[in-house]
This record gives sequence, structure tokens and C-alpha cells, in this order.
Amino acid sequence: MPALNRIFGRRRRFEDISVSIQEHIEERADELVDEGMPREEAERKARREFGNVAVVQERSREEWQWRALESIWADLKFTFRRLRKSPGFTATILLTLAIGIGANTAVFTVVDSVLLKPLPYPESGQIVALWLNAPGAGGLANFSNGLQLSSSMYFTFAEHNQTFQSLGVWTMQTANVTGLAQPEEVRAALITDGVLQTLDVPAAAGRWLSQADQDAHGAKSVMLSYGYWQRRFGGSRAVIGRSIQVDAETREVVGVMPRGFRMVDRDFDLLVPLAFDRNNQKLAGFGYDGIARLKPGISLKQAQADVARLIPVWMDSWSNGPGSDPHYYRTWKIIPHFRLLKQQVIGNIASVLWVVMATVGLVMLIACANVANLLLVRAESRQQELAIRAALGAGRARIVRELLVESLSLGLLGGLISIVAAHAGLRLLVAMGPADLPRLSEVTLDARSLGFALALAVLSGLLFGSIPALKYARARASAAMSVTNRTASAGRARQRSRNVLVIAQVAMALVLLVSAVLMIRTFAALRNVEPGFTGAEHLQTLRISIPGSLVEDPRAVARIQNDIADKLAAIPSVRSVAFAAAVPMDGNDPNWDEIRVEGKNYPGNHPPLRLFNYVAPGYFHTVGTRLVAGREFTWTDVYGLRPVVMVSENFARETWGSAPAAIGKRLHQFQNLPWCEVIGVVQDVRQHGVDETAPALVYWPSMITDPYTPQPTVSVVRSAAFVIRSDRAGNETFVNEIQQAVWAVNADLPVASVQTMQEIYGQSLARTSFTLVMLGIAGSMALALGIIGIYGVISYAVSQRTREIGIRLALGSPRGELKWMFVRSALTMTAIGIAIGAGAAAILVQWLKSLLFGISPFDPVTYITVPLVLTAAAALAGYLPARRAAAVDPVEALRAE
Amino acid sequence: MTRAPERRDLFPGALEMMILQSLRLKPMHGYALVKHIQQVSDNLLQVEEGSLYPALQRMLREGWLESEMGISAKGRPTRIYRLTNAGIRHLENEIVSFDKMFAGITRVLAIAKA
Repeated sequence: MPALNRIFGRRRRFEDISVSIQEHIEERADELVDEGMPREEAERKARREFGNVAVVQERSREEWQWRALESIWADLKFTFRRLRKSPGFTATILLTLAIGIGANTAVFTVVDSVLLKPLPYPESGQIVALWLNAPGAGGLANFSNGLQLSSSMYFTFAEHNQTFQSLGVWTMQTANVTGLAQPEEVRAALITDGVLQTLDVPAAAGRWLSQADQDAHGAKSVMLSYGYWQRRFGGSRAVIGRSIQVDAETREVVGVMPRGFRMVDRDFDLLVPLAFDRNNQKLAGFGYDGIARLKPGISLKQAQADVARLIPVWMDSWSNGPGSDPHYYRTWKIIPHFRLLKQQVIGNIASVLWVVMATVGLVMLIACANVANLLLVRAESRQQELAIRAALGAGRARIVRELLVESLSLGLLGGLISIVAAHAGLRLLVAMGPADLPRLSEVTLDARSLGFALALAVLSGLLFGSIPALKYARARASAAMSVTNRTASAGRARQRSRNVLVIAQVAMALVLLVSAVLMIRTFAALRNVEPGFTGAEHLQTLRISIPGSLVEDPRAVARIQNDIADKLAAIPSVRSVAFAAAVPMDGNDPNWDEIRVEGKNYPGNHPPLRLFNYVAPGYFHTVGTRLVAGREFTWTDVYGLRPVVMVSENFARETWGSAPAAIGKRLHQFQNLPWCEVIGVVQDVRQHGVDETAPALVYWPSMITDPYTPQPTVSVVRSAAFVIRSDRAGNETFVNEIQQAVWAVNADLPVASVQTMQEIYGQSLARTSFTLVMLGIAGSMALALGIIGIYGVISYAVSQRTREIGIRLALGSPRGELKWMFVRSALTMTAIGIAIGAGAAAILVQWLKSLLFGISPFDPVTYITVPLVLTAAAALAGYLPARRAAAVDPVEALRAE
Repeated sequence: MTRAPERRDLFPGALEMMILQSLRLKPMHGYALVKHIQQVSDNLLQVEEGSLYPALQRMLREGWLESEMGISAKGRPTRIYRLTNAGIRHLENEIVSFDKMFAGITRVLAIAKA
């Protein structure tokens, strides 16, 4: 009750106070009159004796108020009234802040979801990605994350380790599901026992794949992803126990994984048991991703030591077949190189995201500097008001508080609007970001993002508010009141803080522009790299897999592929068709193995490993890889299993000195195999992306005598990437015609991974182009804000010094000189800003180093162009208001006051 | 606020005690209170207006006083402050604790002198 009384009885109380005080003063005056003082003088004396009526009243009233709160409320009301009065000023600041905070919030959301939050598995800090390093293995471990596990390693490690709760290996594959509607190619994650235990996410329906499901000769089972379950079975629980055809094999559905569950960083449709046949495993085949869950309290280092101990055990336990040396891998010097799964998932995107975060942070600082500048100008124009308030008894703290209340409410309002900007920005970021941005599905604007926006709003409000607050709280009543109109020009001191802000802006803008230009130069350097194919936008690629369960005979597979190629070639507008095991930059390495060249001796009899590709006739012609010497494969070579081979130019150079010299030379994989003759040499291909050096490549025909079986059998590329050169590439009806053509050959074959070569190429540039676009946007924002800052300061100086200009003109100063005076001050600020910025940039671009390609972080072109551009922009920004100064009519200017 | 340096502030609670004691004699308005305290103390104590009015409001809020409309000696409307029962109780408590404190201070000062 008292609280209510306090509020409702207040108006009466406040009136009581003023009545009491009024009476008090009058009574004192009466008394003085009684003592013989004239009325007027008595009243004055009584008032003076009483002191500051307003303050006493206020302090008396405060007894009834929640003091701080209510006076802040009053400040707020005052602030809003003032902001409403100058809508242009308010809108400019709010927009600047909304964009600044919004951009930062959007980027923070991505950084938070991708880099900061734990992976969506229980106790995910215990999950380890099992990668190995093999420094002795030559090219194999050069470019990628290291060495993956082989199936035999899985057995050894899983059975003998002492540091893991569970351990498993997995790999992604495409699989054909038939018998439902149209044949469909789906993404299958093949997993061993231990994978689900490691990720530890319970099934949404049914059960996990069990150890029994991993029996190579046992029952065939499969699990579904939530998405596939919804899409194909409408989320019906009756699907448990039902059978589906996966790669023409009947499998029973035993469970469904919950919504949002991903296989580490991959989406999948099916979980299929790997079901290794234990009796049939070799040392080699390093194609599996290993994951394991550490026992509690075990460190990554202990786990590595544990597995390092098992590598000799692994070599002792398995072989690569009779006659091979099981200890050959000693030369590879295999050592564990484990990392936390999260680190594995994030990969090299972290540097990009942090750069982008730093970039938008800098833009925010520049925006804050602009806002602070605006507020300074405003506080300047309010100086008289503030001085009067100080004279009336407002303490310094009171004025600082009011200025801060203003800047904070601007910050918070901006923050509120920024949520809209952040939402839009986030959608833009996700749409624009590299398609392989990890954890993209987890990116949402959540409470943490909103908290970040709030914190940023408050922080920036304090930041840009404290500058005018600190400056004007010091304003002495007398000084400020006298510095009104008559003094000719503003003192240097008053201009100084704005100049400092502009210098800081220029410096930050320089850093951003240097980074942006470095990225542009990187992008240009990447674009200049010859990728080893031409006309990527006219190259349609797609993948067709023919599993052994569908067509067993390799020769029949080759014939089907040949038929498909012919049918595709008959589609109007198609100029040529071919296929290969992998196309450049698609992320597939068909094989790596030793190559022995005739007449060469290798230390320890271990030649270096080479990357293989298996290609069909006409492949190089179709993708546009230049034939440097010799000829391509023919169908006669393929069907005849002729011992022929092609190599890349760099391989030919390294081995025989030149490309033409390679023709007719011979090489083979293993000593017991017949020699194969080099019939052609092709241009180098950037197989792993534009920014990776082109690997030495050995090309085999798409069907060969299998080098890995003791008895000669035939091996064929079963999952073939088709390439079709046509002006209609990427066109939807064209893709339909392709599908029809494929079905005309075999109705059970789905077409998958439909992409143009341009898309694949673009993805390989995605990281660079993403960084480029972000830095480009940030750089142009910084430039624009910096120019506005310079323009603002100079034009304010001009308006403040109109009188002075008038006097100068009247005294005969040439107008050109006057203009130059203002442009010069703009250029001075810019020059100082550039000097500071160049120093900062030289340090900060070290961060960018990993993102650059083909240029040094101290690229002279960049460091010359950017300052030139900035100087030109600053000169323009200074010239416009300077022209106004020169146009001043001296008579008008002097009469104005 | 501007405050003459030679005038000493009363210690916290002293002003309230003096107001309460004065009002115990008879209800008064603000100016009369100032006059009364000044006279009774032989000009030794000077109540500052800047402290008086906030203190009166504080005491009203605590419920030690009541205010009512009244007429000043010169016939102008003003507010008369009257002590409540709670005010009397508070005053008595304060006097007791003040006496104790004063006795204490006196003893300490006596020892210091000796």
C-alpha cells in the first residue's frame, strides 16, 4: 500500500512542498520588511538566503521518488523529445547503428554456431577424429588432412586400444535405392560398429545398428535418416521391420535417427553397416574416416601414444597379400595425428570467419566514430544549453548522465532495428557463404545472438557517447556562455576531437581497403590459374553408378557406359561426351599408388605414390584438357585391355625431361605386372582446387586388368562422372533429356550430382570469393563512412568559420587559397590516417596470409593504390565544402551576426 | 550546493531529532520551525532550508509527521507539520540512544583532556 500511496499521493505532496517553500520565503521577506528593509530588497534577500529553490524542491520531491530511476526516466523523455525534433539526425544515426550492429550480429551468429558452440553430440569434447600423418608417403599426405584409416587399422585399433570407450570408421557413398518409386540415388553413410556409440545419439525409432549387423555374412540391415524417413515413408513407424532394396540388396530397416542428426559434417539418407569380412582385409585401403570417444580423463596426447604403439602391431597382424612386405609401411613413418572432432569439422573455415568478424567489427568502429562525430557537432550546438544547466546547478555527473542516456538510447534503438538487419544479413551470409560451410544447418538467430546485439548496442552507445560526454561535462559555465556568437572562429581545441576521430576512421578504412584489395588480387591470381579444363560453363557433369549387384560383368558395365555416352552424344546441342572416375576439383581421388618407371631404381625399392584417374576415350577432348603429346585412349584400347597409359605433363617432365620424350616409354604399378606404354601426355590439371598445385597424374583407361588381384581379372570404373559439352549445360530440360537418355539404356540407373563444371570450379573458389565479397562490402562501407566523416568535419569547420572566411575575403585573400586551406586540412588528416593505417595494416594482414594466393601480404601495388584512392576521395570530400567556403559573400558573412 | 564553510553540518539524525522535539511542543510550519530552533538554541544552531524541506518530506514518508493545510501567522496558506504517535516513539528512542552516545563521547573527551 505505501508504494501506491507514494505514487498517487505524490501530486499533492509536491504541491505541499512548493506551497511551504513559497510561504517560507515570503514570511522571511515580511520579517525583513518589519525590520525596516524596502519590500523589493527584502524579497531579494529572502530568496538569496533560502538558496536554490528549484534544487531544494527537487531534492524534497526526490524523497518520494525512486530517485535514480525517475530522473533517468525524465532524461529519457527529454532525449526522445529532442530526437523527434531532429528526425534527419536521428534517422542517420539509427540507420548507421542498425546496419553496423546488424552486420556484426549476423556474422557473430555464424561464428558462434560454427566455431564456438559444441557439436550437437553429448559430451562432444570427448570425440576425436582419427587422422594419421605419413610424412614418408610422398604425395599422399601432402594436400589433404593427412592419412585416413584402413579397414585393418580399424580392427587393430578397435580391439587393442586402451584409451577409447568406442572407436569406429565410416565413409560416405552413394547408393541406389530401387523398388520404392523411381530408382533413386541416395547418400549412404557406411559405418562400422563403434560409430554410433561414439556419437552417442539415440535412435528416434527402432534401434541402432548392432554388432550383429556388422557380420559380413549375416542379416542385412539399414537405418534411415529423419529426413529420408519423412520424405519416403511419411514418418510412419511401420517402416521398422520393412525391407528396402539398397544397391539391389534387400535390407531390413531397423531404426531411424532423430531430426538434425548428421554424420559428423555430412547429411545422409541411409546408415548402412560396413560389415567388413575380417578374413579378407589388407593393410592398405586408407579410405575411412575414423572417430572415437575418449575414456573420461584421457587426453588427446595419451590416446595418440596409445595408438602409436599399435601401428607396429597392425603391420604384424595384416598383409597386402602373399609376397608383399607387411613392414613396407615403416617407410611411411605413420604416426597418429588426432584432433578433436570439432576442429576437424570446422576445418580451415575458422580463419575466414574470424577475418570476416574482425572486418565487420572494424566497420562498426568506423560507424561509431561517425556517430560520435555527429554527437559532438550536436553537443557543440547544445553547449549553451548545457552551460545554462550547469549554471542552474546541474552537477557534472548529471550532465554526463544525460548525454550518456541519449547515446545509450540511440544505441539501444539502433540495436532493436538491427535485429531486422541481422536477420536479413544472416540470410544473405548463408546464401552467399561457401556451400561447404560446415554446420550451416545449425546457424540460427538465437538468444545468444540477441544477447550479443544487446551487448554491442550498449557498448557502442557508451563508446560513441563517452566522447562528447567527457568533452562537454568539463564545459565551464562561464567559458561556454561567453563563447557564443561573437568570437570569430572556433578554437582549435574544439575541432581537435573530431579530427582525431576522422584520422582513426581513415586509418581503419585503410586497413579494410588494403585487405579487400589483397583479396581482389588473390581472386584475380586464382582466376589466372589455368585449371586444366576450358569452357566450364558449357560442361555438364553428373555421376552414374552401376553397382556389382546390378551388373556384375565389368565388360557389360563398360558397354553400358559406352551406350550411355553414345545416347547422350545424340542429344541435340551436345558436342562431345566422355566420363572418368573423377573430374577436376570434385573432391574425389580415385586412387593413389606406386608407379615404377622402366629403367629407374628406387631407394628401398619404394617408388613415390602417384594420383591415378581412370578415363574413357574422348575425356580430355571433352573437358578441354590440352593434349601435349601423343594421343588419347580409344574404345579399342578399353575393350582390348591394352597395356596403355597416359600421364600429366609435370609427371612426364619430372620423369623423362619433356612431354614428347614420354611417348613410347613404359611404366607399371607392381613388378609382377606387364609394362604399360605411355601413349599420351596431357596438360596439368588442378585436381584439388585452383589454389593447390597440380599433382602429377597417371591416367588409366576406364577398364583395365585389375592390378590388385592375384589372378588376372577385369576392373572397371563403376561410379563414373560423365562430362557433356553442350551450350545447354545447366538447363533443366537438358538434364531431363539426359535422364531419359540414361533410362533408355538401363531403367534402373539414377543420375546424381548434376552440376556444371562452372559450379564445381566456383565451389573451389568459394572460400576466396566469400572473403572477397565480405571484405569488399566492408571496405566500401568503410570508404563511404570515412568520406562522410571527412566531409562532415570539413563542412562543419566551414560553417563555423564563415565569419573568419568573410574577414579573410574582405581583406583580399584569394578564393583559391581559401579552398586550398580546407582541402589541405582534409589531406593532412588523411595523410596521418594513412600513415597510422598502413602500419596497422602491415601487422593485421598477417591474419590474412593463409587466405592469400600468389601475392605477398605486402603487395606493393595494393599499398600504393589504396592510399592514392583514399587521398583522392579525401580531397573530394574536402573540396565540396571548401567550394562552399570560397563562395561565401563577405558582406553577408559579416552581417550574419 | 553553495554552503558557507564556517557553518557546521549537524550530524545525521540530529536535524530530525530537533524537528521532532520542536513539533512535540506544538505543530508548526516550515519557517516557524527554523525560527524556533534558532531561538531556542540561542542562534547556536542554524537550520538550513536546503536540508529542512527534504528532511520534512523524508519524515512524512516515514510516518513520523503528518502535514495539514494551515494558515501562517501572516494569513497566507501554508502546511502545518504535526507529530504522530510513531514520531513520538521514534523521538524517544533517538533521545535514549543520543544520550548514550553523548555520554560516551564526553567520557572519551574527558580522558583525552586528563
